[in-house]
Amino acid sequence: MKNNLVPLVVLAVLAGLPLLGLNSYVMHILILSIMWTLAGMAWNLLGGYCGQVSFGHAAFFGMGAYSAGLIHLHLGLSPWWGFLVSLPLVALVALAMGSVVLRLRGPYFVLATLAIGEVLRITCENLTDFTKGTLGIMITRTWVEKTQYYYIILGLALLGFVVCRAIVHSRWGYYFVAIREDQDAAESMGIDTTRYKTIALTVSAMLTGLAGAFYTNYMGYIDPGVVFSLGEISILIIMVVMVGGVATQWGPALGAGIMVILAEYIRSLPLIGVAYQTMFGVLLIVIIIYLPNGLVGDWPVLRRKLLRRGATA
Amino acid sequence: MWVQAEVFLQTLVAGILLGGLYALIGIGMTLILGVMKIINLTHGQLMMVAMYIAFWLFTLFGIDPYVSLLIAPPLMFAFGMLIQKALVNPVLRVESILPHNQVILTVGIGLVLQNVATILFTSDYRSTPVDYASTAFYLSDLWAGTPVEISLSLPWAVSFLLSVVITVLLWFFLAHTDTGKSIRATAQDKDAALIMGVNVGLMRVITFGLGSALVACAGCLFIPIYYLFPALGSQFTLIAFVITILGGLGSTLGAILGGLILGVFESMTATYVGMGWAPVGRFVIFVAALVFLPGGVASLLKTRKLLK
Repeated sequence: MKNNLVPLVVLAVLAGLPLLGLNSYVMHILILSIMWTLAGMAWNLLGGYCGQVSFGHAAFFGMGAYSAGLIHLHLGLSPWWGFLVSLPLVALVALAMGSVVLRLRGPYFVLATLAIGEVLRITCENLTDFTKGTLGIMITRTWVEKTQYYYIILGLALLGFVVCRAIVHSRWGYYFVAIREDQDAAESMGIDTTRYKTIALTVSAMLTGLAGAFYTNYMGYIDPGVVFSLGEISILIIMVVMVGGVATQWGPALGAGIMVILAEYIRSLPLIGVAYQTMFGVLLIVIIIYLPNGLVGDWPVLRRKLLRRGATA
Repeated sequence: MWVQAEVFLQTLVAGILLGGLYALIGIGMTLILGVMKIINLTHGQLMMVAMYIAFWLFTLFGIDPYVSLLIAPPLMFAFGMLIQKALVNPVLRVESILPHNQVILTVGIGLVLQNVATILFTSDYRSTPVDYASTAFYLSDLWAGTPVEISLSLPWAVSFLLSVVITVLLWFFLAHTDTGKSIRATAQDKDAALIMGVNVGLMRVITFGLGSALVACAGCLFIPIYYLFPALGSQFTLIAFVITILGGLGSTLGAILGGLILGVFESMTATYVGMGWAPVGRFVIFVAALVFLPGGVASLLKTRKLLK
C-alpha cells in the first residue's frame, strides 16, 4: 500500500486543480500535458520496457482520432463513442502489424512503424469520399468549458497509468524487460518473444488510440496532416518519453509537461517561433547525447554533476 | 491493343529510369546500414540539402545541375563525416537503456535539417528550369515503322546514365581499393577487421561521408527532373529504406535491384491505379517483402549461388 501513496497524492492534487479556478489557457496546457502523458506512457510500455522503438505511434493516435471523427460523420453518433470503436480497431491493426513485423529482428520494426504512420496519412488524404481528405473532419464540441474535458482525460490517463503499472509489475513486465535486455536469453528461458512483443504493441497502441479519440473530442477538428503527422505526433511522443525518462514510471508525465510548456513557449517567441521543430530536433539530439535515459532516469547522474559544480564554485 | 502495349512499355521505361536513380539512393543507405548497423533516417534530408546546393548554384551562378555533381557530393561528403564524428560517434559511446538511440538521433538531425531549410528557403516548391528539360527522343525517329511509340526524355536519360556510371565507379572503389576493401571488411565483421589492422572508427566516418555523397549525387541527378521543397526529404527517406529492405539489408547489389523493382512498381501504380497512390504501392511492396522475403532480393541471389 505504501507504493501507492505517491500516485494517490498526485491524483488528488491533479483532481483538485480545477477547483482553483484556473483560466482556460492554463487548463488547456494541463489537458494537453495529460493527453501527452497518456500517449507517452503507452509508448514507454512498448519502447521503454520492451525495447521496441516505434516511430509510428501517430498511426494509432490518428486511428483513434479518425474513429471518433468518422462515426460522427457517417453514422451521426456522438464522437465520444470513438473510444469504444477505436479500441478493437486499433488492437486489430496492432495485432496484424505485430504478427508480420515482430517475428523479425533488427531494424524491421522501426521501419515498419515509420511506414505505417505515413501510409495511413496518405490513405486518409486520398480517400476523399470516406474521410473528406485533407479538408479534415469538424465536429461540434460537447462543452465550451474545459473542466469536463480535464476530468475525462485525467480519468483516461489514470486508466493508462494503472494498466501500465500493473503490466510492468506483472509477469508480462518482466518478460518485456528480458526481451529488451537480451532477446536470445529471453527466448532460451522459454519466453515466446514474438507473442509478448505483440502484446506490448497492442496494449500500447490501444492506449494511444484512446488519446487520439480524446483529441478529436477536445479539439473539434482533425485532418490527416495533423493526427498522422510524423513530426508533430510520432516524434513528439518519443520526445516526451526521452526527455522525461525511458522505462520510468513518472518519466512520461514529466516529459509531457516539459514538452507542452516548451512548445507553447517557443511558439510564442517572435522570429524563432516558426522554428519550434528545429528546437525540438536540437533538444532531442542534446538529450540523446547527454541524458540518454531522460531526466528521471539520469537523475542520480544529473544530481551528482550539479552537486560537484556547486562544491567547486 | 497496341495502345495498351504502348502505355505499358512507356510506363516500364519510366519505371526503369526512376529505378536507376532510386538505386543510387538505396546504395548510400545500405552502405551506412552495413557498416554502422544503424538505419540512417536522415538520408532523404541529406538529399534535400544537396538538392538545395544544386538549386542555388543554378539560380545564382547558372551552374548546370549536372556540373554540380562535382561540387555538391564533396560538400555532402564532408558534412556526412562531420555528422558521424560530432553526433553519431558520441552516442555510440553513451550507456543507455534503448538500443535504438542512434536511429532516434538521425531522426532528430533530419528534423533540424528540414526545419532549417524551411526557415532559410521557405516551403515554396522550386525547380531548376534547365533549357533541355523538355527535350526528348522518340522511337519513331530511329525506326519509322514501329508499331508502338516510346519517348525518352533527355534529362531522365542523362540522369539514369550518370547514376549507372556513379554506381560502376563505386563498385570499382569498393572492390579494388584498399579503403573500399576496409569498408567491406568492417561491414562483414567489425571485430575481425579491427584485428586485421583496419581503422574501424575511420571507416565509419568515411562510410557515412560516402553514403551522404552518394545520396547527394542522386539529389543532383533528380533536381533537373523533379521539384524541390524542404519536406521532400522524409519521402525519400521512406523510399530509401523500402529499397534497403527489398534489396536485403547491407547488400549493394540488392539495393540496385531493389531500386529498379521499386521504380517500376511505382511507375505502374501511378499509371494503373492513380498518381496519389504511389506511396501506398511502396508500402504494399514493403510489407510483401517483409512477409515473403525478409532477407530481400539478396537472400534469393544467395540461395541461387549468384552472390557470394
